Amino acid sequence: MKLEFSGGVLTAFIDGEIDHHTAPSIRETIDKTILQDKPDVLRLDYSGVTFMDSSGIGLIMGRYKLISSCSGKIEVINIPRNMAKVVKLSGIERLGRITIKED
Amino acid sequence: MKAINTMKLEIESRSVNESFARVAVASFISQLDPTIEELGDIRTAVSEAVTNSIVHGYKEGKGKIYITVSIFENAKVTIKIRDKGCGIENIEEAMQPLFTTMGGERSGLGFAVMESFMDKVKVNSVVGKGTSVTLEKKINGRFVTKW
Repeated sequence: MKLEFSGGVLTAFIDGEIDHHTAPSIRETIDKTILQDKPDVLRLDYSGVTFMDSSGIGLIMGRYKLISSCSGKIEVINIPRNMAKVVKLSGIERLGRITIKED
Repeated sequence: MKAINTMKLEIESRSVNESFARVAVASFISQLDPTIEELGDIRTAVSEAVTNSIVHGYKEGKGKIYITVSIFENAKVTIKIRDKGCGIENIEEAMQPLFTTMGGERSGLGFAVMESFMDKVKVNSVVGKGTSVTLEKKINGRFVTKW
């Protein structure tokens, strides 16, 4: 995973599979950086995600709670189209700007 | 009804096996020429059920997970995921969307995903004995079914 911090926006480029096995290390890396950089916006870029189950939603919900507690906002961008179904089911669109990747 | 083809898999309750389990099940079902979307649905539902066994059944501890995949006539598939873990006290409550006993990082969507991605989800559980989840889906596939 690559992290970029610029202009108050922390972008995390997540790649590979998000499940209960891989989520903890992704979470730890992002959270450490949030607490260090104190971004106004946390942007999760899901364009490199090849698989996710509800752990990919849990990851967004957990980061939303953390960034909200620091008065920041969350954005999730480039969610691959074939994962849109889980996102729609979860209702996380209410948490911030959540966008599906255009093919 | 008698299955035309079956596959059994026994894995340890380790999170690293979640990926293996969903890929193995999807790979077996590939013989029905499912669409990419159908395969994705199955991988996701299996991932949820196996994760439930690891996280809730065995509380991240040691145990075995037993997976049986059966293919029936008309390309109907059942996937049974069974553990000998702690069992579920209140199945109805556990299946409610957004219900979670684990707090922050679990979305509480496991059963909701299984129910929306599969045609049928059956749960049997005995406290102290274990839980079995049976997922059922008819594969419409890319071609008219060959069976």
